[in-house]
Amino acid sequence: MAIFRYPRPAPSDITPKDVYLSRREMLGAGALSLTAMLAGTASAEALKTHPGPYSGGLTPTPEEFVTGYNNFYEFGMEKDDPVSHSSDFHPLPWTLEISGMVKKPQRLDVGALLKSADIEERIYRMRCVEAWSMIIPWDGIPLAKLLQAAEPESGAKYVAFESIVRPSEMPGQSSAFSGISWPYVEGLRLDEAMNPLTLLAVGIYGESLPNQNGAPIRLVVPWKYGFKGIKSIQRIRVMDKQPPTTWNRLAPNEYGFYANVNPQVDHPRWSQASERVIGSKTLFGTKRQPTLMFNGYGEQVAGLYRGMNLHDNF
Amino acid sequence: MTISRSAAPAFVRRHWSIVLYPLGLLPAVWLVWEGQNGNLGADPVNVFERSLGLWAFRFLLVCLALAPLQRVVSFNLVRFRRLTGLLAFFYAVLHLAAYVVLDLQFDVGIFWRDLTHRTFIILGMAALTLLLPLALTSNRFSMKRLKRGWKRLHRLVYGAAILAGIHFFLSFKTLNGTSALYLSLLALVLLARAPMIWISFRRKGAGRL
Repeated sequence: MAIFRYPRPAPSDITPKDVYLSRREMLGAGALSLTAMLAGTASAEALKTHPGPYSGGLTPTPEEFVTGYNNFYEFGMEKDDPVSHSSDFHPLPWTLEISGMVKKPQRLDVGALLKSADIEERIYRMRCVEAWSMIIPWDGIPLAKLLQAAEPESGAKYVAFESIVRPSEMPGQSSAFSGISWPYVEGLRLDEAMNPLTLLAVGIYGESLPNQNGAPIRLVVPWKYGFKGIKSIQRIRVMDKQPPTTWNRLAPNEYGFYANVNPQVDHPRWSQASERVIGSKTLFGTKRQPTLMFNGYGEQVAGLYRGMNLHDNF
Repeated sequence: MTISRSAAPAFVRRHWSIVLYPLGLLPAVWLVWEGQNGNLGADPVNVFERSLGLWAFRFLLVCLALAPLQRVVSFNLVRFRRLTGLLAFFYAVLHLAAYVVLDLQFDVGIFWRDLTHRTFIILGMAALTLLLPLALTSNRFSMKRLKRGWKRLHRLVYGAAILAGIHFFLSFKTLNGTSALYLSLLALVLLARAPMIWISFRRKGAGRL
């Protein structure tokens, strides 16, 4: 029995595959404006996804908010910049490289991964460091599966992630303002990366990721603040040292390496004790709810941090 | 001295405040309307709250810009100082109300922690606090009662503007175009007023306030 429901696209809404595949030719033919419109709809590909674990009892946020309200500074600093400035981004073809301290370095064809029957749906809470939250039905593959295939060496302790740099397709990367040095980088401890909750997402709502949500492949770590979920990942490197992370580099007193959701540890500018729930249609209907320790995933991850001072390691 | 006289109907000329105060409230009315109709996006409270703060800052900038601009235009601009100043105060109060009522939903615990721990919020609160005596004494009666003290008291507006500017800047996660624009405007206005500020603070008995 399905305990959740969200609008799946009708078959008639799905762009025929030949139209999708021919969009480059049409570009060549000079049908520029028409193609730009089609490319926007054609980029969503239905996935062979099946329900995975840890999704119980959550109702996804309406899709329009999940795909229209994003922090993705590569495309701009406002929440609606990613959706409006990412149409020039071409996520495919894409190769994801897994290297570093591994016995079997991998080069994964993400286009092929999108067709995989291993993709599972995980409905997770998403808590942004800015004190708002959503519930997102991701489709992806546990990161542990891919890391196991690469066989990390015995001295490996951390995993570093690196996003793509394409200023010609990502206007935010050529903006002088953000102060971020590209590529966006993130990192996890190896045991965090191997946790069964940690997901490499290739889709949301049963379809391939829209550009603004981190196409074609992104990280999802539901017990951490959203900025840990690095988007459009090109390289994953297994290391023995803690890798630098973008927001920590920018403001070390505001954003830690761990960035675990923790209602007791406030951000210098926001209380983290509670959060605005995204999804209300009206101003006066907006809800606020208490933030849960580890975003409600304590059962799965509290053990990773036993004995650690979470105020110092924020 | 004749531009306004010929451009505006007699009623507006005589009772401009009756027309302009409601006009100044339009952005707030419009924001509520848009918010209730689902047009403020995924996080309407955040947009509402930030927009109100930005309007407060805009009116404060206009208020400070009137006197320097007076030197280059021929009609009476300075008479709008009370209007724009009061609107700035009004929007700042709405901004705070939106934060406490719609955002925090009366969570007094968080509000108190914010007021005592978060620089960004302390600065915003301080700016609003400085505007309060200015709003309360923005009438002819107070002007007469306070005499020269009134001018001295109203120098607090510089403090409020600078605190509000820093508060605004800190409300963003990184450097960005919007904060850069408004901080440049603030710098410009203060620079244009520099001679006035200099004279006003050097005046006899200006040691305090």
